Amino acid sequence: MSEPAPVEGYAHETGRGFGRVLVFVYGVLAFAASGRASFELLAKFSDAPVPYGLSVLAAVVYVVATWALATNRRRVALLAVCFELVGVLAVGFGSLLWTSKFPEASVWSDFGIGYGCVPLVLPLVGLWWILRGSR
Amino acid sequence: MGPLQIGLSILCGVVVLQLAVLIVRDLRPGRVTYVLLGLLELGLVGVLVLGLRRVFGDHEGVSVATYVAYLVGALFILPLATGWAWAERSRNGTAVLLVAVLVIPVLFLRLHDIWATHV
Repeated sequence: MSEPAPVEGYAHETGRGFGRVLVFVYGVLAFAASGRASFELLAKFSDAPVPYGLSVLAAVVYVVATWALATNRRRVALLAVCFELVGVLAVGFGSLLWTSKFPEASVWSDFGIGYGCVPLVLPLVGLWWILRGSR
Repeated sequence: MGPLQIGLSILCGVVVLQLAVLIVRDLRPGRVTYVLLGLLELGLVGVLVLGLRRVFGDHEGVSVATYVAYLVGALFILPLATGWAWAERSRNGTAVLLVAVLVIPVLFLRLHDIWATHV
């Protein structure tokens, strides 16, 4: 039985094809980062405001990126993923160079090593996917 | 990790292999895959029950909120992945299931790490 022909642009939607996997990975990170950030914000924010504040920021970025990729909002997704890449690199280098500012780890500390460096690789894959589909 | 988590991690490995074969051969998940995913979900309910029993015991130094959040959150991964994969019955949909199954042993390691702070 033949498949119905895809509607125009369907194949290039950011949440279709490989984007389906990407959205799920972003969703898992959004869930993990939101849980972590909520706990840090409510229970111990005053202990280390800089890293915990950055965890909240990371959680927001992951939630926005997941939503934008899933709903084919390409421009928002591009902004969120670019912000994420800059954030991972800035916090990664910052946590290595200014250890006194990061007494506790944040999601992006040490380039996301606490999450198997997925936070470092994911924005690169995300950028590739978003820009590839826009050609 | 406890025996149940080790057993479930081995089962995750089996399911990952099965899903990888399906992806390579461009086949869709069938009854066997869904039965295996159901077994994993049942196992995760068991991990939740055992984890909650642990929490009611001695747990000085353990972040209970984080521990319970991971226990409860683990229950949602497979159903969400199955729904998300079902909406696109393709290799990529199967890959979503594979990623979800890979996440489970990682969660077990995280749970182990959280409990390891227990003094």
